[in-house]
Amino acid sequence: MTEYAAAPVVAPTLARQSLFRRLLRNPVAVAALAFLAVVAVVAVVGRWIAPVDPTLSSLQLVVADPSAAHPLGGDSAGRDVLSRLLSATQISIAGALLALVVALLVGVVGGLIAGYYGGLLDTVSSWLTAIVMALPAIVVLLAARAALGPSIWVSMAIFGVLLSPAFFRLVHVSVRAVRDELYVDAARVAGLSDARIIGRHILGVVRAPIIIQSAVLLGIAIAVQSGLEFLGLGDQAVPTWGGMLNDGFAQIYRAPVLMLWPSLAIGLTSMALVLVANAARDELERSAPRPRARRRPAAVSDTRADRPATIVHPDDSRALVTDPDVLLRVRDLVVAYDREGGGSTQVVKGVDLDVRSGEVHGLIGESGSGKTQTAFAILGLLSSGGHIEAGSIEFAGDRLDEAGEGSYARVRGRRIAYVPQEPMSNLDPSFTIGSQLVEPLRVVLGLSRGEARSRALALLERVGIPDPAHAFAAYPHEISGGMAQRVLIAGAVSCDPELVIADEPTTALDVTVQAEVLDLLRDLQRERGMAVLIVTHNFGVVADLCDRVSVMQSGRIVESGPVDAIFDHPEHEYTCSLLGAILEDGDARKPLESHKEITR
Amino acid sequence: MIRFILRRLLVGLVLVVAVSALAYALLYANSDNIARRILGQNATTELVARKTAELGLDRPLWQQYSDWLVHAVQGQFGRSWFTGELVATGVTSRLSVTLSIVLGATILSAVVGVVLGVLAATRGGWVDRLVQFVSILGFAIPGFLVALGLVLVFSLQLGLFKATGYVPPTSSIAGWLSSVTLPVVALALGTIVVVAQQVRGSVADARERDYVRTLRSRGLSSRRVVARHVLRNAAGPALAVLAVQFVGLLGGAVIVEQIFAIPGLGQLAVSSTVKADIPMVMGLVMATAVLVVLVNLVIDLAQAALNPKVRLS
Amino acid sequence: MTALLTIEDLVVSYPKKGFRAAPFRALKGVSLDIRPGETMGLVGESGSGKTTLGRAVLGLAPVESGSIRFDGREISGLSRRERRALSSDIQVVFQDPYSSLNPSMTIGSILSEPLSARGVSESDARGRVAELLDDVGLPSDAAQRRARDFSGGQRQRIAIARALALEPRLVVCDEPVSALDLTTQARVLDLFIEIQERTGVAYLFISHDLSVVRHVSHRVAVMYHGEIVEVGNGDQVTARPVHPYTQRLFMAAPVPHPRRQEVRRVERRRLIDAQRTPSETTSAAAL
Repeated sequence: MTEYAAAPVVAPTLARQSLFRRLLRNPVAVAALAFLAVVAVVAVVGRWIAPVDPTLSSLQLVVADPSAAHPLGGDSAGRDVLSRLLSATQISIAGALLALVVALLVGVVGGLIAGYYGGLLDTVSSWLTAIVMALPAIVVLLAARAALGPSIWVSMAIFGVLLSPAFFRLVHVSVRAVRDELYVDAARVAGLSDARIIGRHILGVVRAPIIIQSAVLLGIAIAVQSGLEFLGLGDQAVPTWGGMLNDGFAQIYRAPVLMLWPSLAIGLTSMALVLVANAARDELERSAPRPRARRRPAAVSDTRADRPATIVHPDDSRALVTDPDVLLRVRDLVVAYDREGGGSTQVVKGVDLDVRSGEVHGLIGESGSGKTQTAFAILGLLSSGGHIEAGSIEFAGDRLDEAGEGSYARVRGRRIAYVPQEPMSNLDPSFTIGSQLVEPLRVVLGLSRGEARSRALALLERVGIPDPAHAFAAYPHEISGGMAQRVLIAGAVSCDPELVIADEPTTALDVTVQAEVLDLLRDLQRERGMAVLIVTHNFGVVADLCDRVSVMQSGRIVESGPVDAIFDHPEHEYTCSLLGAILEDGDARKPLESHKEITR
Repeated sequence: MIRFILRRLLVGLVLVVAVSALAYALLYANSDNIARRILGQNATTELVARKTAELGLDRPLWQQYSDWLVHAVQGQFGRSWFTGELVATGVTSRLSVTLSIVLGATILSAVVGVVLGVLAATRGGWVDRLVQFVSILGFAIPGFLVALGLVLVFSLQLGLFKATGYVPPTSSIAGWLSSVTLPVVALALGTIVVVAQQVRGSVADARERDYVRTLRSRGLSSRRVVARHVLRNAAGPALAVLAVQFVGLLGGAVIVEQIFAIPGLGQLAVSSTVKADIPMVMGLVMATAVLVVLVNLVIDLAQAALNPKVRLS
Repeated sequence: MTALLTIEDLVVSYPKKGFRAAPFRALKGVSLDIRPGETMGLVGESGSGKTTLGRAVLGLAPVESGSIRFDGREISGLSRRERRALSSDIQVVFQDPYSSLNPSMTIGSILSEPLSARGVSESDARGRVAELLDDVGLPSDAAQRRARDFSGGQRQRIAIARALALEPRLVVCDEPVSALDLTTQARVLDLFIEIQERTGVAYLFISHDLSVVRHVSHRVAVMYHGEIVEVGNGDQVTARPVHPYTQRLFMAAPVPHPRRQEVRRVERRRLIDAQRTPSETTSAAAL
C-alpha cells in the first residue's frame, strides 16, 4: 500500500461523518433507534400520561379483559395494566441507566489508569476483575438483596460494578495497544503531558467501542433487572417490567396474556439496543483504516492493449549453461482482487514469465509491484477474493490455471514448493516442528510414520540445524527466526520438487543469517538441480543467487534477461532508476569537517 | 505441567478466599438489620440486641469472618436460621440437580455452537448470514423470556415435555430427560450463539494465517488443513468464551429453575434470599465460587493441552 | 569541540516476565558521544540493543546505571515534567511510518501538536506547519488530510516534519528508511542530509543496513549483544573494519553486482574460516 495509497480508496469524508449520521442510512438501525426513542419518551413522561394510578387496585379489574377504559385490562391485583406498563418503563429504564453509569465510571476510569500506567495497578485491577467475574451477577444480587433488602437502585448500582469489567477490559486492552503505538511514543517525545496524550490519542480510539458496548450492556442491565424482579425479589411497591412479568407468570394458567406486554417491552427494547450496537459496529468496521494491505495494492486498471513490450535481453554464455527447457511458462497473467461493493482491482496486469528447469530466476520489484501475487497465482494460493482473470500458467506442459483443486493438490508440495517470507508466522504454533514436516511426507509421499520421521530428521540436518532431534520435538516459538527459516526450507524441499518458489526468503532475517540462508539455498539448488523462482526487492540477493532476472513494475514485467545483462546494461528506465538508487557503491560520508578525526 | 496445575490451583484458592471475604462483609455488615429482619419489624430493641448476640453478630466483623473461615475449612458452614437445616447438606443435596442442567447446557452449547460457528466460517454465504441473524436474536432476547416462551409452546400448548418439576434420573431416565430438556435448551440458547460467534471469528481468523498457505503449499488439502490446524488454533479462544459463559449459565439457572419449578440451587437461593437466611446464602455463594474456579481450572488445562505456549509459560 | 550528547557506561535492563526472573540486560555499559551537527550511525542486528540505546536517549527506556548528558547536563532519570522541557532539544523519527502517525488525526494537527503543547498560538502554529511541510517537500494542502492518504515515503516525510517542528538539536532516527522502497529510501536519506546541512541538527541514526549508515553517517558505531564493538569514521568502519564481528557483518551483506558478489562470497568464506580459531568458535556459533 505504499505509493498507491495516495489514491484515496475510501473517501476521506467518510471517517469524519459522525457514527450517528451514518447509522441513519441503515434501515434496521433507524427502526431500532426510532423504537428506542419511543421508549425514551415514555420513560420520561410515562408516569404523567398514565390514565390511572398504577398502584390503585379495584376488585372489578382483577384479571379483567381489555375494555375501553382499560385498553390492556387489569392484573391479578386489579390494577390497570396500561398505566403500570407506562410507569414501569420509567423505573426499569432508570434502573438500567444507573447500572450503566456506575459501570462506565468504574470501568472506563479504571481501565484508562490501569492501562496507561500499568505496573502494580494492573495486577490489582486484574485480580479485582477476576473476583467480580468469578460469581454470576444474579447470585451477587441475590446476596445483596438478602443483606440489604429489596431496592432496585441498590441492586442496579451493585450490578453496575459487576458490569464494569466489560468496560474495564475494553478500555484496558485498547489503551495497552495504543500505549505501545509509536505515535504515543512520538507524542511523549514531543513533550505532551499524560493527560493530553490520554485525552487526544487514547480516548479517541476507545470512544466509539464504548458507546457500542454501552448499548449492549444497557440491554443486559434491563434483562438482569427484569429477571430479578421476575423472581419476585424486587420492591413490590414500584411497578417494573419484571414485576409485571412475575405477576403474569403467577397467572400463567389463568391469563397468560398478562405476560405479553412486559415481555414485549423487555424483548423489543433489548433487541433494539443490540441491533443498534451491531449496526454501529458494522459501520465502524467498514470505515476503519484497513490493516496494512501490503499484499493487495490498489492498482489502476487499464487495458492490456497498450501494454508496453517487455525488454528481453538475449542469453549470454553464463545463462546458456543451464538447461534451456522451460519448466514454468506464464503468459499474459492477470490477477485481480474483488473490491468491496462490486468490481475488481487488477494487481498483476499481463505477466509473461519463463522459468527454465534448474535455473534460479529472480523476480525483482518494489512493494506493490505484484511480484508476490504472481507467485501466489502460480501456486494457486491467492488470498480470498483473488482470482486469475486472464492468461495461462503452464507447468511442465500442464495448464495449472485450468486445474481443479484436486489436481493442484497433486502438484503442490511434490512438484512445486514454496518458501515464505516471515519464518515465524508460517509455522503452526500449536504443532511441533517435526509433526509439521512429517505430515506432508506422509500425505503427499505416503511414507510410513518411521520413514517420514527419519527423512525429516535427515532434512533438518541437511539444512544446517545443529541438533535435529531437539528441533524435531520443539515448538516454533522455541527456535530462532533463522532456524525457523531453515525449517521452512527443509519443508519446501522435502518432497523433491522441481520448482521452488521463494517469496522474499531472507527479508525478515539479519544480514549474517541472510548470508547463511542464501548459501543454503544455493547449495540445495545445485545438489538437487531444482529450479528456483525467487521473489525479492534486494539486488544483493539477486546478484548472489540468480541466473536470470525479471524486473517487475506496477503489475508488469518491464525487463528480463540474464543477470549480468540486467546489471551491466539495463535498458528500461525503471530498472535504471532502481539500480541508481543502490547505495552500496557510493562513497562513505566524510567526517564532520570542523574537527579533527578522533578514532578509538 | 504439575507446576502449572499447582499454580492454577493456588490462584483458584486465593480467589475463593477473596470471594468469601467480600461476600461475608456484604452479608454480615449490617448486623442490626439482620436480627430485625428475622424477628420482624415490631420486635423491641432489646429483643433485637439479644438475637444479635445469640447469632454472634455483636463481635467485630473480622473475628466473625475468621471464625467462619476456620469452620468452613473443616466443611462446617453452619445451619439455616429458619429451617435449622445444615447449610452443607442443603447445598449438596441440590447441587446435582443444578449441575445436570448447567453442565447439560454447557455441553449442548459447546457442541452446537462449534458446529454452527465452523459452518458459518467455512461455508460462508447464506449459512453465514443465517447464523449471524439467529445470533443477534439469541443474543438480544433475555433467556428467561425464551424459557417462558418454551414453556407456553412445548408444555402448555403441545404438551410435549413436563412443564414443571424435576424427576431424578435414579427414578426414571425418561422422566428425567423430559424434565430437564426444556430447561437445558432454554439455558443453552443464549450461550450457543455466543460460542458460535466466537468460533466463527476465530476460525475465520485462523484461516487467514500465513501458515495455512504454507501448509497448503506442501500439498495438504484445504479440508485437511482446516480440520487439523485451523480448528486446533481456533479452539483456544472458544474455550475461553466457554469459561466465561459457564458463569452466566450458573446465573441463568437461578431463573430457569424458578420457571420450571426445579428444586436446585437456584430455587434454594431465591427462597433463602427472600427470608434473608444469611448462612444459607453465604453457603450458596461459596458453592458457586468453587464451581466456577473448578470449571476454569478444567478449561485452563484444556488450553494448556492445546497450546504449547500456555503449557510452558 | 565539546560533544552535544555524551553517553557513558550506560546499562539498561528490562524486567523479564515471570516471578523472580533475572532482568534482561539490553545494554551492557555503552559509551558514545555525538557532536553538534554530526550524524552518528549506529549499526547492529536485531537484538543488538541499538533501538534500546535510541529509546534510552529519548527517555523511553529504563536506565539502570551510567549517564546520558545532553549539552553537559544529565538527562537520564529526569521526571516527566523535566523531560517535557527537553522535547524542544531532542526529537525522534521512528521506523514504521504506519504506526508512528495517529490514523485519526489530520496531518495539520499531528504537526501542530508539539507546538501547541508549548503554548504556540494557533495561527502561528498554522504558519509553522506550512513551513515544515514545505521543508520536507510536501504540498501545503497535506495539512488537511490524514495519514492514510499518504504513501510510506510521504508519511516518513511527515514524521520528519514533526521531529523538526520544535527545531531540535538532536534527532534520534530509528530505522527511518528500512520500511521504504529502494528509490524512496534514497530520496528520504537525501532529505535527512539536506536538512542537516541547512539546520545543523545532529542525528543518532540507527539502522541494520550498513550501506544506509555509510551513506548518511560522519561516524559509525557497531553494536553487538548490547555493547559497542567498534566506533570510527564512516569510511573506516564500513570499508576497513577492525573488529571480527564488524568484519563478518560487512562481508555478509551481498554486493548488488553478480561478479563482485562472487568475489565477496569467497572472501566471506575465507574470513569465517580464518576467524574460526579456538577463541572465536563460540561467538561464531552464537550467530
